[in-house]
Amino acid sequence: MRRLLLSGIALAVMTMASPVFAQAEKQGGSMIVTYKDDVATLDPAIGYDWQNWSMIKSLFDSLMDYEPGTSTLTTDLAESYTISDDGLTYTFKLRQGIKFHNGREMTAEDVKYSLDRVTDPATQSPGAGFFVSIEGFDAASDGSAKGLSGVTAVDPLTVEIKLTRPDATFLHVVALNFSSIVPKEVVDEFGADFGKHPVGTGAYSLAEWTLGQRLVFARNADYWKAGVPKMDEIVFEIGQEPTVALLRLQNGEVDVLGDGIPPAQFLEVKDNPDYADMIIEGGQLQTGYITLNVTIPPFDNLDVRKAINMAINKERIVRIINNRAVIANQPLPPTMPGYTEGYEGIPYDVEGAKALLAQAGLSEGFTTELYVYNVDPNPRIAQAIQQDLAAIGITVELLSLAQANVIEAGGAGTAPMIWSGGMAWIADFPDPSNFYGPILGCSGAADGGWNWSKYCNEDLDAMATAADSMIDPAKQADRYKAWSDVYMGVMADAPWVPVFNEQRFTMKSARLGGPDAIFVDPVHIPVNYDYVFDKNVQ
Amino acid sequence: MIGYLARRLGQAALILLGISVVTFVLLYLLPADPVRQIAGRSATAETVENIRRQLGLDLPLWEQYWRYLSNLLSGNLGRSYLQKSEVSELIAARLPASLLLMVGAIACELTIGLTMGVVAAVRRGGWVDNLLMVFSFISVSAPQFVIAILLLYVFAVKLGWFPIGGYGTFAHLVLPSLTLGLLGAGWYARMMRSTMIEVLRQDYIRTAQSKGLRGRIVLFRHAIPNAILPIVAMIGIDIGMFMSGIVVVESVFGWPGIGQLAWQAIQRVDIPIIMGVTLVSACAIVIGNLVADLVAPLIDPRIKLR
Repeated sequence: MRRLLLSGIALAVMTMASPVFAQAEKQGGSMIVTYKDDVATLDPAIGYDWQNWSMIKSLFDSLMDYEPGTSTLTTDLAESYTISDDGLTYTFKLRQGIKFHNGREMTAEDVKYSLDRVTDPATQSPGAGFFVSIEGFDAASDGSAKGLSGVTAVDPLTVEIKLTRPDATFLHVVALNFSSIVPKEVVDEFGADFGKHPVGTGAYSLAEWTLGQRLVFARNADYWKAGVPKMDEIVFEIGQEPTVALLRLQNGEVDVLGDGIPPAQFLEVKDNPDYADMIIEGGQLQTGYITLNVTIPPFDNLDVRKAINMAINKERIVRIINNRAVIANQPLPPTMPGYTEGYEGIPYDVEGAKALLAQAGLSEGFTTELYVYNVDPNPRIAQAIQQDLAAIGITVELLSLAQANVIEAGGAGTAPMIWSGGMAWIADFPDPSNFYGPILGCSGAADGGWNWSKYCNEDLDAMATAADSMIDPAKQADRYKAWSDVYMGVMADAPWVPVFNEQRFTMKSARLGGPDAIFVDPVHIPVNYDYVFDKNVQ
Repeated sequence: MIGYLARRLGQAALILLGISVVTFVLLYLLPADPVRQIAGRSATAETVENIRRQLGLDLPLWEQYWRYLSNLLSGNLGRSYLQKSEVSELIAARLPASLLLMVGAIACELTIGLTMGVVAAVRRGGWVDNLLMVFSFISVSAPQFVIAILLLYVFAVKLGWFPIGGYGTFAHLVLPSLTLGLLGAGWYARMMRSTMIEVLRQDYIRTAQSKGLRGRIVLFRHAIPNAILPIVAMIGIDIGMFMSGIVVVESVFGWPGIGQLAWQAIQRVDIPIIMGVTLVSACAIVIGNLVADLVAPLIDPRIKLR
């Protein structure tokens, strides 16, 4: 027996009923967005950067998406879906008449092809691991089978996906960029250069790309969502130093700072009343933390880890970054479901920390190393941590390195402590499980994994698996409670010092309109381009 | 001449080979794994190993280098790990911008440096001389990042004479060229000043003056042409200096050249791009030096090729 969970039509009505999208803005106009770093690729199976994440979301669509500016799942290319009672079979009904930018109609075969492609080892997709619960994933990823045996195109508008275990996050997985639907013939035509010639079903299509300089997106006139996108054109100017981009925005030359307001200019801009309407603040599914490597003495001692948690003055660190964050007391950010309300965390208590160290037989302190990514403000934060730990007798040597070197040391497990800033962890999708497996679970503790504490608690892993098997939407609250228990279990073992949750500040020109939430979209990071409109054409 | 050229070209090939070996080994020794950069933070250990195998990064160093070299000799710089595009294509798209910037910088350093040198030499010992020499000292020692931001703030933001960064028109070229050229201008000012002082002491200058020629004619017809020759021959050598400068200048001004490309590739351990840019820059430096050596005897017959 199958239950119809959510019909796209009902959802569309709900979306339209919300006041934000009730008024229909006129389409037209254009905007200029700046980024510092090059856009490496627009291939949705490969792109995993700050600057291409939201671009790919505008060029491509997946089966599922999120309501603009929120982390609420909605159908996208799928019109509706059903989940079997055992939670192992997902059947997606596709919308009729969806066209790729090259004019061809999208079918269920394209969905199958796209999922096969992203898990094919030859694609080298950094997102392949997200699809691990699909039947046939192992055979596809070790190359012993071509394609995923669990994905079938039942008819041109129906796709069936079989899983090997119930996975409550699966709808988020098919909303990821990596699940974007791509046309086979275009991928075949361009091969490895598909990322420079992307063709999808998205709201915009790529009109021009001058390598290292600019990209132009043009409105997809055939886009299936009526009235979307709003702009005729988006121009991305690449290679713009954030400081220079800010000067240009103040001068009226650009519209959105893709990399945000540079830390050094933040206060000056924030305190200027002229810009009050141009700066939008929003939460971010991000946590900044210090990892304590539980395999390296003396961090194998719980008392020492707790002492370090008590010694860090998080308030001061938040002040160092001009209050662009809120203090964290647990791994999950406050806006993530599963966040434990009312939990106090491990309090700041220097005397208590000293007592714990003495209890661990380290009243004389010890010497250790803290790895940090060498881009502002991270070295300054690391210095604050260094001072805090000096106050309880711990001598910390700072290793301020390039991002790749810090990640390497973390993965290899040679770093006693790492400040995560600038590298980890922004959620891939808004679900508590995304903060566990790779960065706190046993799987991530393997050599080269992102669990830099090398922390592995089998009991918590079992609880996490159990939580992700709770697929019944009626039991969602129970599932979030289960996740909350997992993270409280983590805090009891203190492999991290959760320090803060970053707030995001986007700066945009005054002529850009749209709900504030889309400029700090939690999923379409950094900005949900599709819904930004030009006030001058209204 | 032909023999000399052949010998120099042979040397150049050896130098490039040596640079490629050194860079390759340095990148290999780097405590950062390019495969992890490609695989991303959610990859399984299997994915990581699979990518390593596909890129041949599991092979011993000498075999990796041999593969790279044999591709290189057939004109293939490889594909970028992260951008997945041909490195030659990425460099070709950005090289014209860097060359244009260098031409602009050479124009700036010669105009400013030589003028300052001549004026300082003529007014030797006076306050103008002192002022110019202090200025040349500052332009040689100030970090280019600071000069760039300062120039942007004053001439682009406050005065609005030039665009705030970017690429495309002549106006875009001025500030980055000036930033890149100021360093060389400081050197040239000092060199021009000392050679001018040398020249102004020569007998033929005294003869010209005693013939009753006007000061301006002596200066422009007799002194400057003789003082300038050894300096012009040095432009080729500047290319090496520019290659390090463009990384900073291009980043600040959003100038889409190979310096910016290299900087981004280094941060993400994109080895094929780093290798490609290094070899292209090394070629430019080698060629620049060679041209400088070949041109020198043409403009100054006292120098002989050996």
